Amino acid sequence: MIKFTKYIWLYFLISSFVLSAGIYSLVRFGLRPSIDFAGGTLVELRVPSSVSADDISTKARSIGMEVSSVQRSGKATFLVRSKSETDATITTLAQSIASESAVIVLRKETVGPILGKELLQKASVAAAIAITVILLYVAYAFKNIKYGVSAIIALVHDVMVVIGMFSLFGHFYGVEVDTLFVTAVLTAMSFSVHDTIVVFDRIREYLRRDRSRPFEELVNVALTETMNRSITNSFTIIFMLVALILMGGDSIRWFIVALLIGTVSGTYSSPFIAVPILFLWHKWEKEKAHTGV
Amino acid sequence: MFKTPRHIFFWLVVLSILLVFMDLPENYRVKFTIFGKTIDRVINPPVFRFSLFGNRIEKQFVTKLGLDLAGGSHVVLEADMKDVAAKDRTSALESVKEVIERRVNFFGISEPVVQTSVSENAYRIIVELPGISNVSQAVALIGQTARLDFREFIDVPVSTESAFIIPSLTNTKSVGIIGKDLKRASVSFSTQTGEPQVALEFTSDGSKKFADATTRLKGKQLAIFLDEFPITAPRVDTAITDGQAVITGSFTKDAAKALSLQLNAGALPVSVLVVEQRTVEATLGKESIVKSVRGGIVGLCMVAIFMVLRYGWLGLIANFALILYGLLALGIFRLFGITLTLPGIAGFILSIGMAVDSNILIFERYKEEFRAGKPWHIAMEQAFGKAWDSIRDANVTTIATSLILYNPLNFHVLPASGLVRGFAATLLIGVVLSLFTGIVATRTFIRVLYKGKKAAV
Repeated sequence: MIKFTKYIWLYFLISSFVLSAGIYSLVRFGLRPSIDFAGGTLVELRVPSSVSADDISTKARSIGMEVSSVQRSGKATFLVRSKSETDATITTLAQSIASESAVIVLRKETVGPILGKELLQKASVAAAIAITVILLYVAYAFKNIKYGVSAIIALVHDVMVVIGMFSLFGHFYGVEVDTLFVTAVLTAMSFSVHDTIVVFDRIREYLRRDRSRPFEELVNVALTETMNRSITNSFTIIFMLVALILMGGDSIRWFIVALLIGTVSGTYSSPFIAVPILFLWHKWEKEKAHTGV
Repeated sequence: MFKTPRHIFFWLVVLSILLVFMDLPENYRVKFTIFGKTIDRVINPPVFRFSLFGNRIEKQFVTKLGLDLAGGSHVVLEADMKDVAAKDRTSALESVKEVIERRVNFFGISEPVVQTSVSENAYRIIVELPGISNVSQAVALIGQTARLDFREFIDVPVSTESAFIIPSLTNTKSVGIIGKDLKRASVSFSTQTGEPQVALEFTSDGSKKFADATTRLKGKQLAIFLDEFPITAPRVDTAITDGQAVITGSFTKDAAKALSLQLNAGALPVSVLVVEQRTVEATLGKESIVKSVRGGIVGLCMVAIFMVLRYGWLGLIANFALILYGLLALGIFRLFGITLTLPGIAGFILSIGMAVDSNILIFERYKEEFRAGKPWHIAMEQAFGKAWDSIRDANVTTIATSLILYNPLNFHVLPASGLVRGFAATLLIGVVLSLFTGIVATRTFIRVLYKGKKAAV
């Protein structure tokens, strides 16, 4: 048995370090919304290798496009972001960069700003409903609201880690948050709880078996025994996701990164956030009862 | 049939073989030489054709790919309903859809999807056009407001009583009645014959024009054009002065409904605006598939190797269950026509991670029980029993989340975006399947194949 409860301060320190960096960035720089949220046009072009981002940017401005960024997305492919443009303008741009058929429009997306607002609103509602359902289910399955609340705190922790990291990525690497990112956050939520429940389940089992055992000892035994599984399991998921980040297509790379951060944080938060909170809460209740008498 | 583990094992093997056939790749060419014979053929998944209660059923097991993988265009149009009375809005949207469908079909696009989506005060039409990348023309056409025009034949040959002339823009001229003169069209039933018919109701302005036209054209045909194409050309039997007309003919109920929708499209002043347009070139989609599949396979192999290194024989058995899981998932995607999108593939991969998790939970549990000195088969059975609680609780929350994301009942407050749905669908199917393969299949495989070791001392 490892005395995990002795180092609670360390877990909280690590978390608060990651969280405060993310939250600072979130307050200071915010997130970079993609056209899914902000509206506008995104074009992916395959161009001859001699063409640079600056060339494209100059050409686009010369035909009157309001370009916000030109970004390299692959060997000879670029992403051009601008205010909403018609297909005709994009065709003109492609032709002005190089002679016909040398430039291929791989992807073009134009989104009006209304849809983004709606999506964000709906995703938030979905998240709120999911959190409520999870809270109620965990409280029911463990016959105690403390478990539900601790699991939800760990979940919020994970969501904040993912969002905070993406705020940093957005600031430093120009990564944008889009529909896929919202999906990734929602998945991180369900994964976080998935993992927390496994650890809680072990505590529940020991509680059933031996009520007289001190809660601290019980928590430590449960954590020691589930640690192997937690590490092994997150390894398998990390293998899958890292393979996809390295080899998968460009269009889902950051989506997978979001999933990966969510997974790592989700695995971390179960033994090191959810369980300590449950433990501290339990201890606090006991002390209150003690001093009250 | 499922009495002993051996029986279940047998059926699992049969299922796997069946699934292998169902999951055969599409248009995959194999060429090799064996015993001096050269085999060169294109592999395709099987097609089932059979009759059931007189209905011919044809089911081909192919994977449906979303536009982000297959290439194509996704266009969302929003209808401007401010000039339409609240009660008419739903039918107006149906009319717009009908018109757009006509236009899309006119373009000869294979398997287009035209759907309506109503969310609070937004009335939208979602159009999916697979395969075409140069959509500007199609989109320009789709986005037009429907134009209704009543036209008469320019000069009618004398012998038209029986001969039917197809009306066209050149042999007809407008009588000056257009969409805004028509109040609404609806399906009604003849009081005499009981047959379906289409009732037209004109505005007061339109009634006057229609009275003039029908008086003048009595006994002749009056053609109605939508978007410069004739949709019907009934003969005027009597002069209609009260603005209430019916078009009769041997309509089926569906035909009458289609005609009334088309007429309404012209009558209700709904303009549509493109609010979203996404086009993916087919080559980019293909690249994405190849890369994701390659990444997925490498990841899976790493997981498989890791499992064997960590759990030995048990890990290998878990890998069998994982293969069965992959086959089953692909088979179900094909059976139910689940559209695979990039996020869908990601959801599937994530569910693989969760499928492995069930096995890891059980094996770790088994190790503990075994270390406690129990004989291996008792330790194993107990591990399955004890791990089940946490596997169940953990998966219930994932299933709940994916259901909320999938939004099967189309609640307005929840997302209904295709991308989110694609992800939720594969995750949901994956998690449910993983419960089956992670528990039932693995347990059976272990009972039949695993010989165990002596209890730890």
